[in-house]
Amino acid sequence: MEVYLDNSATTRPYEEAAKAVYDTMLSCYANPSSLHRMGKTAEDLLEDCRKVIASTVYGTPDEIYFTSGGTESDNLALIGYCMANRRKGNRIITQRTEHAAVLETFAYLEQNGFEVVYVDITPLGTPDMAMLASSINEQTLLLSFMYVNNENGAIFPIADIAALAKAAKCALHVDAVQAYGKLPINVRTLGADLLSISSHKIHGPNGVGALWVKKGTRLSSIVFGGKQEKGMRSGTENLAGIAGFAKAAEIKFANLDSDAQKMSELKERLISNLRGKIENVVVNSPEDSVCSVANISFPGVKSEVLLHVLESNGIYVSTGSACNSKKNKFSYVLSEMKLRADVIDSAIRFSLSAFNTQDEIDYVCKVLEREIPLLRKIMR
Amino acid sequence: MNRIVLVRYGEIILKGMNRPVFESLLVKNIKKALKDECPMSIHWAQATIYIEPEDDSCVESIVEKLKRVFGIVSIVVAYPAAKDIDELEQTLADNFSAELSAASTFKVIAKRSDKTFHMTSPQICEEIGGRLLERFPNLSVDVHSPEVNVYVEIRETGYVHLDRISGAGGMPSGSNGKAMLLLSGGIDSPVAGYMIGKRGVQLEAIHFFSYPYTSDRAKDKVLKLGKIIAGYTGSLKVHIVPFTDIQLQIRDKCPEEHLTLVMRRFMMQISQRIAEKRGCSALITGESIGQVASQTMGALAVTDDAVTMPVFRPLIGMDKEEIVEISRKIDTYETSILPYEDCCTVFTPRHPSTKPKLAKVLLSQNQLDIERLIDEAVEGTEIVEV
Repeated sequence: MEVYLDNSATTRPYEEAAKAVYDTMLSCYANPSSLHRMGKTAEDLLEDCRKVIASTVYGTPDEIYFTSGGTESDNLALIGYCMANRRKGNRIITQRTEHAAVLETFAYLEQNGFEVVYVDITPLGTPDMAMLASSINEQTLLLSFMYVNNENGAIFPIADIAALAKAAKCALHVDAVQAYGKLPINVRTLGADLLSISSHKIHGPNGVGALWVKKGTRLSSIVFGGKQEKGMRSGTENLAGIAGFAKAAEIKFANLDSDAQKMSELKERLISNLRGKIENVVVNSPEDSVCSVANISFPGVKSEVLLHVLESNGIYVSTGSACNSKKNKFSYVLSEMKLRADVIDSAIRFSLSAFNTQDEIDYVCKVLEREIPLLRKIMR
Repeated sequence: MNRIVLVRYGEIILKGMNRPVFESLLVKNIKKALKDECPMSIHWAQATIYIEPEDDSCVESIVEKLKRVFGIVSIVVAYPAAKDIDELEQTLADNFSAELSAASTFKVIAKRSDKTFHMTSPQICEEIGGRLLERFPNLSVDVHSPEVNVYVEIRETGYVHLDRISGAGGMPSGSNGKAMLLLSGGIDSPVAGYMIGKRGVQLEAIHFFSYPYTSDRAKDKVLKLGKIIAGYTGSLKVHIVPFTDIQLQIRDKCPEEHLTLVMRRFMMQISQRIAEKRGCSALITGESIGQVASQTMGALAVTDDAVTMPVFRPLIGMDKEEIVEISRKIDTYETSILPYEDCCTVFTPRHPSTKPKLAKVLLSQNQLDIERLIDEAVEGTEIVEV
């Protein structure tokens, strides 16, 4: 049996999305900027896709800018906003468990003269709101907070953060890459000014994403050239990718509630089965975390060894986040949650999609029930 | 007309009656190293190998590959010119004006194998030297220790070139038998392989694979290192030995302070078995005295006892910094430090014995069915040619 439980890293594309990529590449390959009829057809398809993506977050099409994915959306939002609005203030605030795409961009902005504040998180994985409130001053230009953490699934209180931003008249960027397609997002009521989303976390192709920019928000470009995407993102549009993204979004958002329901049940089943059958199981995801992520530790078993044991049984998971596991041995997210060393050392991230089934979850539990005691004996 | 690459070799000139054997081996190795390059003619005469590529644009990549062929002392890229003093001078000025403008002293060395040319070697030196002095007022002649040597050769056509590029040195690969390298994926073992390979020893490598305690990525890394080593020694066969079972058994049955030593003994015994099968006459390890607990003198004695074959440890007296320096030079360092975890730490004792008693370690190992475990590991070995 092959069980893919690494959906927070990337998801298996919908067949329809893959087909949309294929069809667009073969039948709608003209440059949307070309003046001829084929170019016009391509441009029409691009604008149809923009409408689809806008509707998934309750935005308008002119607020959607296509990018190469979540990382670029975060870069454009943060660098683009800070550079265009420098006069308004110099302090920018985020928190310590953001994705590297935000943290590294903050480090870059710090090198370029911005004052950077990192808010701590609580053991529940969400930001210390008191510290955030006291960090905001008159010089504060921008807040950037993720909607859902990619490693532990913690859901951030974006409405509360937005209220602080509004009171201080500073902008709010939300990295919604892990929330998109799992939680309903309405940019009209959310209170954010910028919102990053990505295609490959919702069964679309890799290499495409979008940034929603509230109408009237000033933004500088970080990529220069032919002024596509209203000058915000030069470079010939990745039309095939965008078509695949839109197709995936159509399917995902038609099933948003039922998929979330299904994932919640699977997650619950996984956690309660493991707790019932294996001694000393620590669940690192908070109670009310997102339906797709279950971060679980089996103290005494090194997570990398367990990952390969599961892999040899056809089960694919991550230790920490996939983007991070190449450089650091231990998860900075779990470290920031101040978990015990043996818990961090043995943490596995199971991340679900609506493609997963009860049978798969039962199989995973059965394998873990068999392997964990053996591994604990070896690693005594 | 195309440039020509001249290769000079050192030590093998001293090999007396065997010299032609070494020469043809070196030419064979060069041909192998250059097999993916453009068509070329290769011949040798008077301790020089002449490589004449049909396409001038592949000269740079040929030189890069030659730098990794053991047995080559120096490499020269020569520019052809008509057998005419004006042409020779012009070719020098066209191609080497940067070097000649930057230097303050030089010397011309002429070689005339075409004796029909109207000037003798000393005459050529004098004429070309005089013209270069006029062209480059910064230069003066120093025949004893010039900054730049200018070579003019008159053969079937004329050639000019400056100083030589250093080669890898050593002896042609395959001229000194074959040995089995224990390749772990760390910094030391590729360096050890390089050093023995440099002496003309043909290599095969062996890697112990403890899935799931070491991963496919760690195996890939070892194969990548093998490929870099193969760039110097020609092709390389890597024997991947399944080792998990043995480690689990050791973990289960042996006292904790002997875990690493018993494991090392198994590794040596399996290596010897495979080495014998493959016609190797020695083992090579990257050990250095005292670097870790399993490399104290006492520990090395316990490991040595496991085999009868000679074990070469070329890094035995080197510091880590010295080893790192070589690994950077031979391009294995960046690959060696890739972080894919080697979860062998699972099998590392907290307090390893640093002054082990052989008899006690033997008692520990003898609790296991040694012959059967070795047989199974050898049986399950996979060979990858990189």
